[in-house]
Amino acid sequence: MSMKTIGQWFDARLHLAQLFEATAGHKIPASSASWWYVFGSATLTCFILQLATGVCLALVYVPSPDQAYQTLEYLNYEQPAGWFLRALHYWGSNFMVTLMTIHMIQVFMFGAYKYPRELTWVMGCILFLGTLGAAFTGQVMRFDQDAYWGLGIGVSIMGRVPLLGQEMVHGLIGGPILSAEALSRFFSLHVFVIPGLLIAVIGVHLRLVLTKGINDYPVAGKGVDPATYDQEYEELLEREGIRFFPDGIDKDVLFTSFVLLAIFLCAILLGPKGPNGPADPTFIHTAPRPDFFFLSLFAVLALLPPYMETSVILYVLPLFVVALFLIPFIAGTGEKHWSKRPGAAAGVILTMTSLITLAWLGTYSPWSPHMNAWSGVPTPPAMVKGLSPLQLQGAALVQSKQCRNCHSLDGLGGQRGPDLTNVATRLTENQLIRQILQGDGNMPAYGDHLKPYEVTALVSFLSARHPANQPAARNSAVPASRIP
Amino acid sequence: MSEQTPPPPRPVAPLTRRSFLFKLGIGMNVVAASLIAVPVVGFVLSAAFSRKAYQAWIPLGKIDDFPEGQTRLATYRNPFTRPWDGFTANLPCWVRRIEGEQFQVFAINCAHLGCPVRWFPESGLFMCPCHGGVYYEDGSHASGPPPRGLFEYEYKVKKGALMVKGGEVPTLSESV
Repeated sequence: MSMKTIGQWFDARLHLAQLFEATAGHKIPASSASWWYVFGSATLTCFILQLATGVCLALVYVPSPDQAYQTLEYLNYEQPAGWFLRALHYWGSNFMVTLMTIHMIQVFMFGAYKYPRELTWVMGCILFLGTLGAAFTGQVMRFDQDAYWGLGIGVSIMGRVPLLGQEMVHGLIGGPILSAEALSRFFSLHVFVIPGLLIAVIGVHLRLVLTKGINDYPVAGKGVDPATYDQEYEELLEREGIRFFPDGIDKDVLFTSFVLLAIFLCAILLGPKGPNGPADPTFIHTAPRPDFFFLSLFAVLALLPPYMETSVILYVLPLFVVALFLIPFIAGTGEKHWSKRPGAAAGVILTMTSLITLAWLGTYSPWSPHMNAWSGVPTPPAMVKGLSPLQLQGAALVQSKQCRNCHSLDGLGGQRGPDLTNVATRLTENQLIRQILQGDGNMPAYGDHLKPYEVTALVSFLSARHPANQPAARNSAVPASRIP
Repeated sequence: MSEQTPPPPRPVAPLTRRSFLFKLGIGMNVVAASLIAVPVVGFVLSAAFSRKAYQAWIPLGKIDDFPEGQTRLATYRNPFTRPWDGFTANLPCWVRRIEGEQFQVFAINCAHLGCPVRWFPESGLFMCPCHGGVYYEDGSHASGPPPRGLFEYEYKVKKGALMVKGGEVPTLSESV
């Protein structure tokens, strides 16, 4: 029996050729077989890779706080190719989130969410949230210090919910503290609930691509009118339609291979992420940072004025998400081409610039004290050369009183407060004393923790901090002749 | 003439044996599904709506372990644990012995978003590595985003041992 006969035997029963013809063989406008249209299929490829690698990792991983970390170390160092699987899963998630975001921007800029594809957009929004959910829960699976304290941030946000805060905290972590049941819950979400949801919604998303067709390449000046659109689209397919398979799939296939190769290269060259130290809460010398998807949120949480923080997290951010879902119902008709939609283009540029800037700030978090600067970052030698003993005492105090944790000298040290290199050009002696003793703005008051001679020493060092060619600030009430 | 014809009665599908069995089947499925679903939902939500008070007195050690005028890190095993909690049930806290039997015991978690705060005795400050919250030695807010001071445990001294009341991760809606 030839292979062909066997194939025909199965097809006579399963009708696969018919199914394939009706799906992969559907017609698309020739203009849509474009390089701009490859990001959706690339995201799907990443998802399939995540499923495959995720299933493999679950063969070894134990979602229990007393063993999770060990199993990750085992994967990294003992299990053959374990480190590579972890790296693939990690880099796959990075690529998936990135490609999904590009796909979403492309769909938005090409007006593909407009009539009759509103539901396709809504399903896409669910996939967007689901993917971010998978990313966050995945970060928890890497049960290290970042994961533990990152989860703690989630718990603290839940705790801000009025009335039901405590119930939501307990529901999220399955008990009073972040431990066994919290990890189990996030494991269940990460491997069952969210992937299941994603598979189902991807099904609907793709079904809608078949029923409503792929978006035709937008033409400036040609808007969407629901009364005529469907017929025009039919005519377009008649006129210049090509079959997705085999005629319109070439770029998708090629781009997918680039993506897979890129993931392979990242995984093999850069390796897996972490785990970075076991999730032992008693080890407090840690500075938790989230994975890149959540760095911008992390930055927002640091930079929001405290009085509006709770309302922004609990109400404004969810409103942004609701607005995302509502886009096709607000602007579901009219112009599709980006050149005729300057507002949409400006919105994307503004959103992406904000997110990227915030994420970039999040990577080095200038708002955090530099916890080891006081003991680890040197005082610039040029600044202590030729100083009087009193000033040297002051220089030592800038270190030992942890001033450097928030203030840098010559750009080295914390960035929470202003750089002190030229502080004397901005503050007079009296102002320095007042600022140190009473604090102000974001600076704590040191009055209780400095003896008078220490303040004198500090101020004598700080008031010498001005360039040779620029005098120190002086109190206008004091005659210049009396300035030492 | 003015006689009004009554509206034609809506056609009622005759109750056949098949349709009766179908409706009966639906009804019984609703009953069965509820019987199954109630415990399932209860299982999932039990943690959220548990009326259990997660509060217990926890020994932190002899008070002599905490010198007067100093703030030191103490750790305890959370009283509510699962056997497979590993070291996630070992929790730290900051103990400040003011003098004699006067203490302040602070949760490790920053009041902003729960990151672990660190004590700097030289400057008498707690600093948070995440978003830069800073507290004074008495736990009051010094600077940065936290909306309040550090969470503080209730404490008592019993037979020379320091005990604190805790068992739950502190948040703004439930402080220790």
